[in-house]
Amino acid sequence: MTPVATPFFFYLLAGIMVIGGILVITRKNAVHSALALIVTLLAQAAVYLMLYAPFVAGVQIILYAGGIMVLFLFVIMLVSIERTVKERQFNKQWLVGIAAALALGGLFIAVYTKGKGIFPTHEMSGGEAQNTQIVGNLLYGQYMFPFEIASLLLLVAIIGAVVMAKRRL
Amino acid sequence: MISRFIEYIQSYLTSDQTPGAAGNMFWAFVYIILIFTGLSVAVIAMNWLERKILAHMQVRLGPMRVGPHGLLQPIADAIKLLLKEDIMPAEADGFVFWMAPLIVVLAAFTVFIVVPFGPTHAVTDMNIGILFMLGVSSLSVLGIVMAGWASNSHYPLIGALRSSAQMVSYEVAMGLAVVSVILMTSLETGTGTLSMIGIVRAQQTQGTWFIFKFFPLGLIAFFIFAVSMVAETNRAPFDLPEAESELTAGFHTEYSGFRWSLFFLAEYSAMIAVSSIAVTLWLGGWLRPFPNLLSGSTWTLVFSLFPGITLLLLAAMCFYSTVRMPKHPYFRIQTIGLGGFGAVLALIGLILFIPQVSLRVGDIYWFSMKVAAFMYLYIWYRGTFPRYRFDQLMKVGWKILLPMGLGILILTATVAMRSEIWKAISEALHRS
Repeated sequence: MTPVATPFFFYLLAGIMVIGGILVITRKNAVHSALALIVTLLAQAAVYLMLYAPFVAGVQIILYAGGIMVLFLFVIMLVSIERTVKERQFNKQWLVGIAAALALGGLFIAVYTKGKGIFPTHEMSGGEAQNTQIVGNLLYGQYMFPFEIASLLLLVAIIGAVVMAKRRL
Repeated sequence: MISRFIEYIQSYLTSDQTPGAAGNMFWAFVYIILIFTGLSVAVIAMNWLERKILAHMQVRLGPMRVGPHGLLQPIADAIKLLLKEDIMPAEADGFVFWMAPLIVVLAAFTVFIVVPFGPTHAVTDMNIGILFMLGVSSLSVLGIVMAGWASNSHYPLIGALRSSAQMVSYEVAMGLAVVSVILMTSLETGTGTLSMIGIVRAQQTQGTWFIFKFFPLGLIAFFIFAVSMVAETNRAPFDLPEAESELTAGFHTEYSGFRWSLFFLAEYSAMIAVSSIAVTLWLGGWLRPFPNLLSGSTWTLVFSLFPGITLLLLAAMCFYSTVRMPKHPYFRIQTIGLGGFGAVLALIGLILFIPQVSLRVGDIYWFSMKVAAFMYLYIWYRGTFPRYRFDQLMKVGWKILLPMGLGILILTATVAMRSEIWKAISEALHRS
């Protein structure tokens, strides 16, 4: 299906993402921050859809819905909201903050002005209809080794969590 | 202008794709409205049926006052809920409290855009269909936790925490059962698919429902899904998030009126959604029973009579009850109403006997019938099983269903690749 009103949807989603991101760091209530984060991540999933990558979008929704759920529970169980609402939120590290922002901004400008060659100029052939199959072939073909390494890392993390949580096995 | 619009509408009619895939906005919109209406009617019917069937299982009469046999009871309930005062607790977090039921309802209804009621009867066919369904329906737990937290009250918070733990654990077993089906779709064609329509088509080409594939592997995967889907929808015997005896009403204790009815609507449409996943993945979706064994034009004709016969049976039940209504003048309006309802059902049944109509609604009928069987199972579970304790629930999820799911996945992959594995082993033996 041919895309409809692409620039409109892109700017809409980008706006939602930026506003959501700002809300994440400025809300005093941590639960509200978690909600703003999931709005940002869902808008990001929609941007993946616009880039003809439905599989990545679906995985983004599944993983981050579960991930934010756990974050939510951490907030409910570990953070005392009555106290954090009264606390000062930013720690006045202006110098470091400005340096990091300048570095990121410089990177963006450099990519925007000189990076024409690194972006694809046209849509991948059969990208949308065969997206899942292409991703699967790449993961289990060309990138088999990194993929298995990543799964091994996750396994180590799972075992570590079990060992740390359960003193007596 | 108008003629171009009509042309645009008509251009879809010859297509053999879903409106979303064909890119026709008008028909996609029509399908969305139809599915939304059908779903709301199904939820109303389900409300009445659940109370009635549960009552008969417990040798009670159930609702009998509003309308003949309590048929108008759901409508009376809906009016009551809409007129009720909408209370928000004083200490509640207003915005989150307001958002929570909306998120639950949106998640429950959005998944229906990929449910295939027939080869062309879906809003759209996505390449990631089943992944989309699982992902979006998993967003509903977010709404439940938001509701529990925003109520700023103990029972809802405990209910919400239980619900999140339960849904996160059972999602794992559910996902593994689904993956074993996705493996099966790749068997004869070589490339698997996540699209809901593609999964049914794979069952069509392989000539078997996936519940019978590699017997008993498909059956066990189906069993895992059938258990975890009850847990996912927070229904008895896994209804700990809203256990009345311990938590009043669980996460929606503080909700009343219209907001509460949104939770109700979402719960029932989520039940229909997971049932349609089960039907699509294991029970052949829209395919009629025995499409290969009982093929040929005679059997096609016989099976195309089923929708009409079903409605005529319902009409006959209505007429039988009309005759049995008390003869007292007080019941006159109810008797006339029941007779009229039976006449409408009979008329629809007769329309369904017209060959052009019955050919087009056949797939929708079989899909709905399979989903209806699951809905009956839900009521049956609620009527017969006692509620699990929370530690038992976690034990079933993590120590029984998850290892079973992993084992089934490995076995399915092994059986599916058996010829390749034999070849590799024999070559290795030959070389040594």
